[in-house]
Parts: sequence; C-alpha cells; structure tokens
Amino acid sequence: MSMANTSAATAPTRIAARFDALAAQGRKGLITFITAGDPSVAATPAYMHALVRGGADIIELGVPFSDPMADGEVIQRASERALAHGTSLDDVLACVGEFRREDSDTPVVLMGYLNPFEHMGAARFAERAAAAGVDGALVVDLPPEEAADFNAALRAAGLDQVFLVAPNSPERRIRTVCAAASGFVYFVSVKGVTGDKAAAIDEIGQRVAMTRAFAGLPVGIGFGIRTPAAAAAAAAVADAVIVGSAIVEIIERGGDAAAVAAAVEAYVASLRQGIDGERRSR
Amino acid sequence: MNARPDPGALPGIGGETPFPDANGHFGPYGGRFVAETLMEPLLELDAAYRHYLADPEFLAEFDDDLRHYVGRPSPLYYARRWSESLGGARIYLKREDLNHTGAHKVNNTIGQALLARRMGKPRVIAETGAGQHGVATATVAARFGMRCRVYMGAEDIQRQSPNVFRMKLLGAEVAPVTSGSRTLKDALNEALRDWVSNVDDTFYIIGTVAGPHPYPAMVRDFQSVIGRETRVQCLDQIGRLPDALVACVGGGSNAIGMFYPFINDAEVALVGVEAAGDGIASGRHSAPLNAGAPGVLHGNRTYLMQDECGQIEATHSVSAGLDYPGVGPEHAWLKDTGRAQYAAITDDEALTAFDTLTHLEGIIPALESSHALAHAEKMAREMRTDQVVVVNLSGRGDKDIQTVAALRGITL
Repeated sequence: MSMANTSAATAPTRIAARFDALAAQGRKGLITFITAGDPSVAATPAYMHALVRGGADIIELGVPFSDPMADGEVIQRASERALAHGTSLDDVLACVGEFRREDSDTPVVLMGYLNPFEHMGAARFAERAAAAGVDGALVVDLPPEEAADFNAALRAAGLDQVFLVAPNSPERRIRTVCAAASGFVYFVSVKGVTGDKAAAIDEIGQRVAMTRAFAGLPVGIGFGIRTPAAAAAAAAVADAVIVGSAIVEIIERGGDAAAVAAAVEAYVASLRQGIDGERRSR
Repeated sequence: MNARPDPGALPGIGGETPFPDANGHFGPYGGRFVAETLMEPLLELDAAYRHYLADPEFLAEFDDDLRHYVGRPSPLYYARRWSESLGGARIYLKREDLNHTGAHKVNNTIGQALLARRMGKPRVIAETGAGQHGVATATVAARFGMRCRVYMGAEDIQRQSPNVFRMKLLGAEVAPVTSGSRTLKDALNEALRDWVSNVDDTFYIIGTVAGPHPYPAMVRDFQSVIGRETRVQCLDQIGRLPDALVACVGGGSNAIGMFYPFINDAEVALVGVEAAGDGIASGRHSAPLNAGAPGVLHGNRTYLMQDECGQIEATHSVSAGLDYPGVGPEHAWLKDTGRAQYAAITDDEALTAFDTLTHLEGIIPALESSHALAHAEKMAREMRTDQVVVVNLSGRGDKDIQTVAALRGITL
C-alpha cells in the first residue's frame, strides 16, 4: 500500500524516469489516451496493455464525466458509454491497480474534470490514486489559479499534476502554468476540443520551446494528431506526442476484445514508427 | 434613502457588496474553472467588463437602449384583485414580461452585445433553455448586424417551438444539442465547445449568473436595473421599501437582478424559488440549493444536483428555463450566509399560479415566473395586509401556451 508513497519520496517518479530514459536514447515519447470503462471496466486494463505493446510510453486514462466540456464528439461518446454502466472514479482506480499487476513501469496519468475528483476529496483521491499506482493527474477544468489545494494534495502523495498550455496562452500565462506543473506539460496544439481539427505544428514550435524553458519539464503536444506523419511533425518540436480520439475511435468501432486490442496495438505501433522515423531522419 | 429621481439612470453599476473578489469568488463559490484555452479570453473579457462598466459613455448607451429599445422602466404593478383574494400582504409585480422580447433576458443581452461590439467580435453565440435568452440574443444580434448561433437542447426545441421559430426569423442559426440530457446544461457545454474553437471572433453571451468569472458578476450588474427601478418605484408608490422580494431561480439572473440593489437593506427579505418538479422527494426536480451539494460545473463552484460519484444528474421541471442542475454562485453564497432564503415549488403549484394570475389579473405569466407567484401566494397568506411583497414577473407566458395546452390534452 505505502510503496508508491515511499518510493515517490526517494526515487524519481515513473514519469521522470520515463522521460530520462527517452532522452538518453534520443527518442521522443508517445502518450496515448483511452477512456476508462469504455466499453467496460473489465476491458480497460487489457487495452492499456495493448497501448504499451504498441509502443506507448505513458498512458492517459480518461475519467468519464457527464459534462465533458473540452472534449469533441468521440471522447464525449466514450464518456457516455462508460457512464451508461456506471463507471466511477473508484472503478478507474481499480483499472490502474489491475494494470499494475503486470506493468510496474509505464506511467499512468488520470485525465478528467474536477467534480468527480473533488467529490471524492482531493486528499483521499491522491492517497488512493498513489496506492493504486497512478502517477499523476490532469484536471482539464482546473487552471493553476484554482488548483492550490488539489496540487498540494497530489504533491503530498507523490503525484504529479499535469497542466495544459493553450495555443493562445501569452507568455505571462505560460509562466503561470509552468510554475504549477510537474511531470510534463500538455501543450494543446489547436484552439478547439479534443479530436477536432488538424494541428498546425509549424505555428507553435516557438511556444513549445518557451514552455519547455519556463517549466524545466518535458512538453507533450496533443489535440488533433491522428496520423504517423502528424505524430512525426509534432515529435520534431516536442518531447512527446499525445494521441487520444483516434484510438478511442478504434474502441468505438467495437468487435471482440482481442481484435480491438490488436487493432489498438497496431495503430499505436504505426504512430511509434512515425515518431521514431522522425528521429532517424534527423 | 437612496431614492434616485430617475429609475432608468445608471450612476455606474455594481459595487453594492465586495463580492466577487478579483478572481470571481463569492466566498467559496464562483471562480474560473475552465480549460486553459478559455483563460485568456476570460481575462480579456474581465478587463473589458471592468473598464466599460465604469465608462459613462458605455453606460449612457446601455441606458438609452434600455429605455428606447427595451421599453424601460418596466412598471411596478399592484395586483389588487389577486392580493385581496389571498387576504394577506399586498403583492406587486415587477413587469419584466412587458420588456421587448417578453422577459428580463434582454437587459443582459444588450449589455453583453454592446461589450462585444467594443471588443470587436462580429459573432455571438448563446445557450438557451426556454428560448427566451436565445431570442433576446438573436434580437440584439439582428439589431447590431452580428452573426448569431444559439445552442438549444433537442428536448427543449420540441417544447419551445415558437421561440425556435422566432430565433430563426431573427436570422439566428439554432443548433440542436443531442448530447447528454439534451437540455440547457448540454446546450451550455456545446456553447463552451464552440467558444473554445472560435475564440478569436466570437463573444459568448451567457444568459444567466453562472459560468466562469466574470459572467456571474457581469450578468448580475446588467440585470440589476430590475432592482434599482424596483427600489425607486417602491419608495414612490408605497413610500417605503417592500417587506419581501420573490423571484424564481434557475441559474438565477432575474432573482439576482432584483435582489442585488436591496442586498444591504436588511429589512427586505430576499426569497428565491427553485423548481421542485414532481416534488423534492421524487428526485425529479431542479432544486440544487434545496437538495444539492457544492461542486464544480460550467466554470464555477456552486450547488449542483449530482450523484454519489460527482456526476451531474438529470433534472426536471415543467419550465424549460428552470431545468438546470446548477445555480449562480452568488445565490450559493447568499444561501450559506442566510441573506436570502430559497424555497421550491412543484410543477403543479406553478401551473395553478399560472391560472390564478391569468384569471384574476389578466396577465399570462411565464411558467418560470409562475414558480415565484406560487410561493408569493403562500407567503402573502401568512402576512399582514399592510405588508408588501414584490414578485419579479420575469417573463410572459406566450411561449408556454403549447406546453400548458399539451398538459390539458389540447393540440393547438
């Protein structure tokens, strides 16, 4: 139970260790998102393993919410499917616990909206998440100005808090966000919702570099990245590439669990090749 | 005594209380809980709001539009026949139903549209439940030549079809929302998604005192013309302040608009009325202040209807405009501090009050406002005949005749 707590205090976190290893290899990271409980709580750990087999470095696990205001239709529908059979934050933590039985290395970051976390209580959530093997949390509707209590609870439990930087964030806001962030920073590539439109990577490179400098942390780019070529382009300017909606679409198409897992693995592997190809071509 | 000679005049607005703080907090409520892409637009909006609500030229234009376009000041009307039938307090009606477009909503949409013009935004979006805010937004968009898109739950489009057609006549695009519970809360989600995707050219005109800062404060300030006029009219017509103010509360903009200028008048009771739907015990209602718990939704912390996992619950009310699981954060604060009380009225009670006012006063009230009327009736019966209750008649009932007919098995 207390292993996560004690190790967090003494050893580098799983997220830091993963980015250190990537840097040592001269590789860029791949961060993949699925919604917990979609299509079932039982299927989620198996899909998490499929992400890792395909080459994911970090897993973002979506906590379903009734009102996912920053998400596009694909992830909205995933939330609705998960909530239709009552997936709770307890269930999400159980998914991570189950995943950890076979994978003690791959960092897992929970991504969701504040109300379910706050309803559990920040301190209780942080303790239970650490015990389950969670490494951090990204709360979409919790900007740094409102995050002090939640942030303190996560830190006390040895968890990282990932924050978003937006394409319209001026330097002043990038500084504010970076001062609060730990683990990595999530750079939103487009003004829009998840899965929305194609990212304009060439326009944001300078801001990504600024974010990295202010935060002293790795920066991942996400929103609207769905092809190996787009992943390669994002990897050229960032430390990691974040892909969600395109994977959730594969799960949405359905089929038997083994076939879906194989399709997820193959798709993630194609992204991995795109990113590593970018490295080789340098 | 703060009697102002001219009820329409705006000597600067806001500032009756120290709330909210600089980041939009009313005690523990309010704030700005949004994804990062909306933070900078909200900070820009806050700066513009603070600047223009202290700008005499802006306030003069707002005042002029309220007079000549909306038709303000709205009358304060003594409902003599209805009051005498109850045998208790005298009830006065603040006639927001007589405003252009038929409800209080237009006070706010004019204010925000004037702000949008000054901020150089050629496109406006809005969410709407009953359609009154959508119509009020489409109206000002037509007048100012702005593009307009209104998000409305698919279920609300069915039950408020006259307002849908009015918006289309006014040139607005009405976007049906089919996600979630297909009502007002989902329309708000969809409007926020539109805004985050079009922040450069779009101004989001929120219709109530909810959402991220500065909306709760800004909408309150634009709507507070209701209470300022009421205050002056009470002093003029009854020679003193009223004993109680009663207003319905969904998000709570008509209620705050009426309450705010009286907030420091301790002798005036402030009573908000939520929608109890089929009854609080049934679970099918829209009464977060009566039966909810604090949480975070739509950019602010407030009382919410939520389940044991923090998911937002489906709500019910016969009135689409009250069918919302949250409430403005200032109401949450007024509840906790005890400055205002919050009652709840069922669908059936509201429908009875709808009939009563129609029969005794020849005024067809909106179903939303009928909740306030039903509670005022209960209060007035227990009060002395020399006491005075003012009800905010926030809108007219023309939009609801199909709903009422359907409940009686009549097809129009």
